Amino acid sequence: MESTKSNPTLSQDGFWSRLRSGLARVPVIGWLAGGLCAVMVEYFLGDALSYYLGLPKIPVLFGFVTMLKKPLLIPSSTAYVILVYLIPLVAVGLLTAGPANRLAAFLHRRALWLSAIIHLVLLYTIIHIWSDISDYRLLLLKLTMIAIMLTLSINVINGYMGEFSCSHPGFMALGAYSASTMTLILFTNDKLFGPALLPPALGPYCYPLALIFGGVVAALGALVVAIPSFRTRGDYLAIISLAFMFIVKSVIENLEFVGGPRGMGSQPNWSNLPTVFVWTVLCVWVINNFVRSTMGKALNAVRDNEMAADAMTVDTRKTKIVTFMFGAFWAGVAGGLFAHVLRYVNPGTFGIQKLAEILAMVYFGGLNSVVGSVVGAVSINLLSEMLRPLELFKWIVIPLLLILVMIYRPTGLIAFREFDVRKILRPKQ
Amino acid sequence: MEFFLQNLVNALQWGSFYALIALGYSMVYSILMLFNFAHGDIFMVGSYIGLGIATLLLGLGVSAGWAMPGWLVLILTIIISMFLTAFVGILVERIGYRPLRDAPRASAAITGLMIGIILETGNLALLGARRMSFPPLIKSVTYDFGGVFVTNKKILIVLVSLGLMYALHNFIQRTKWGMAMRAMSYDYLAVPLMGVSLNVIAPMTFAIGSGLASAAGILYGLAYPVLDPYMGILLGWKAFVAAILGGRGSILGAALAGFLLGFIEIFVAMIFPSTLRDLIAYSIILLILTFRPYGFFGQAHSTQLRL
Repeated sequence: MESTKSNPTLSQDGFWSRLRSGLARVPVIGWLAGGLCAVMVEYFLGDALSYYLGLPKIPVLFGFVTMLKKPLLIPSSTAYVILVYLIPLVAVGLLTAGPANRLAAFLHRRALWLSAIIHLVLLYTIIHIWSDISDYRLLLLKLTMIAIMLTLSINVINGYMGEFSCSHPGFMALGAYSASTMTLILFTNDKLFGPALLPPALGPYCYPLALIFGGVVAALGALVVAIPSFRTRGDYLAIISLAFMFIVKSVIENLEFVGGPRGMGSQPNWSNLPTVFVWTVLCVWVINNFVRSTMGKALNAVRDNEMAADAMTVDTRKTKIVTFMFGAFWAGVAGGLFAHVLRYVNPGTFGIQKLAEILAMVYFGGLNSVVGSVVGAVSINLLSEMLRPLELFKWIVIPLLLILVMIYRPTGLIAFREFDVRKILRPKQ
Repeated sequence: MEFFLQNLVNALQWGSFYALIALGYSMVYSILMLFNFAHGDIFMVGSYIGLGIATLLLGLGVSAGWAMPGWLVLILTIIISMFLTAFVGILVERIGYRPLRDAPRASAAITGLMIGIILETGNLALLGARRMSFPPLIKSVTYDFGGVFVTNKKILIVLVSLGLMYALHNFIQRTKWGMAMRAMSYDYLAVPLMGVSLNVIAPMTFAIGSGLASAAGILYGLAYPVLDPYMGILLGWKAFVAAILGGRGSILGAALAGFLLGFIEIFVAMIFPSTLRDLIAYSIILLILTFRPYGFFGQAHSTQLRL
């Protein structure tokens, strides 16, 4: 302390290093508390603050869209972000570091599920309050969480098993259409299928069943790709999966009873935020356990050397079939959720464009890593929304960014990293 | 019978586009063991470059007071734009593929896809969203061969593409550079030790493939004179399928499979309603690949994924 007082430059250095070491001591639950404070501040003071800062309304996406649209508002939106998000987050995080660490240590000694549930409830509260400000945020959050599910499920096939599968939009389409057909036939009065067969009040309770049905149909469809994968891999499998995607799209276009090329609309509005959140958490949890199980290690063995894996008693056929069906199941569930978020799907949605988007997310985030998938899905989604004011040039900026990531980190940003919940939630002191 | 022959002519024309584009995919694969996913968009760029050159030449002719005959403009357009598009191919190799030569193959596939998106969007940003029409360089004449109607454009398209394929075959089989390319596709680790640089051969392969794609683009513009920035997606992916179907890295296989794909599509559309065209074409491909997983001319050597 004495030396820092005697030398002013050192004291400044001391402030930053003290801040950094202080921030390093904040456990996850402390950050969550800070985030909760930040969104509360925005919820109660956001309108007034943006009025005094001269902003037309609360900046929806951390001020990025406002900044790109009206460069004159850059100082005030930066001030808004600092006042509303940064200061509460850091201040509450630092101030509560002590109690938060004690709480984290207390939870750490108890069962993991209890600790995880408390963290998740906090996280859900934060995103609920954050998304309460505008419907745009709500839609963006739902689509981002669905993107997380899609990215994770393709990472199981492309990252962990090392195939280059291009059939994910097809699986998603199967899930979306089967789940929508089920909810429309059973629980909704609509133009396409006529009156509901069961009382519509039952609908929201049976909605998970419809999603699971969609997932199962997608998993059955995955057999078409999985069985040829016994004999071939690499580019030929890429083509087979690509052909599968085109076939699914074309079959749906030719099926008149699901609307054909006109698409299928008026799905009930059951994909609300809690539903999507619960399914996303479930998906992350199940996939994380799957890839850390014996089966998950078998996947890596098949990727690195199929023949050696076979010699080491890995049943490669079973591994491939299970993995394809597992990945496709989650893609189907994500598709079902997607259909009920947008409440309209058409076959054109599930084409090459969607494929490029999904592949971009998984390779940007990182192969063979659950955290990487989450990061990739969230960053590509947020980025493409934040850069929306650039209009056309958005599609030059994002691909360029992806090319740079591929050149400097060919396996993605956070690749080959284990996702250990216990390690993340542990106290930092 | 006449109906059949008529469709055969159409299929030959349609297949020659696929074959010319598929050759580019296949050549790049044989050298780098990678598919150039931007190739479909290079086809689009080539077509637009052809449009620009043709318009320029016609305009020059008008301003000089001597209107060039259409066939001369066409020949010049094909030659100049093949040359220019070759540089686009070299650029794609330099930016998207050379830095990733030791990376996992899937990463290079992603850069290819992204360069494709950049080319499409760049075109939209430069030229706007309106569709452009290719100038009709030669007058359409229809010949009647006993009930089968053949236009001179169709004959021209098929002949030019067959001629280009023959030239490519001769180049690869007869010249020193062709020999270097064949050697490189045989073993890309040992051949650089013999003094043939991969950094020369790989751009050359991209250049030749892009030149062929540009020729295909101009011929496509002659037959279907409406160009839009996304035209490369559909034809490119189908030609990619043809390249795989022919056996990866096999030039002859790619050409044959290109024609075969054209035949399948035209005849499916002839017999069934045309909305089923993609469905049946891809189902046939899926069946062929299930029973012959390495394509028509591909070897069943086990390739390790470099991941």
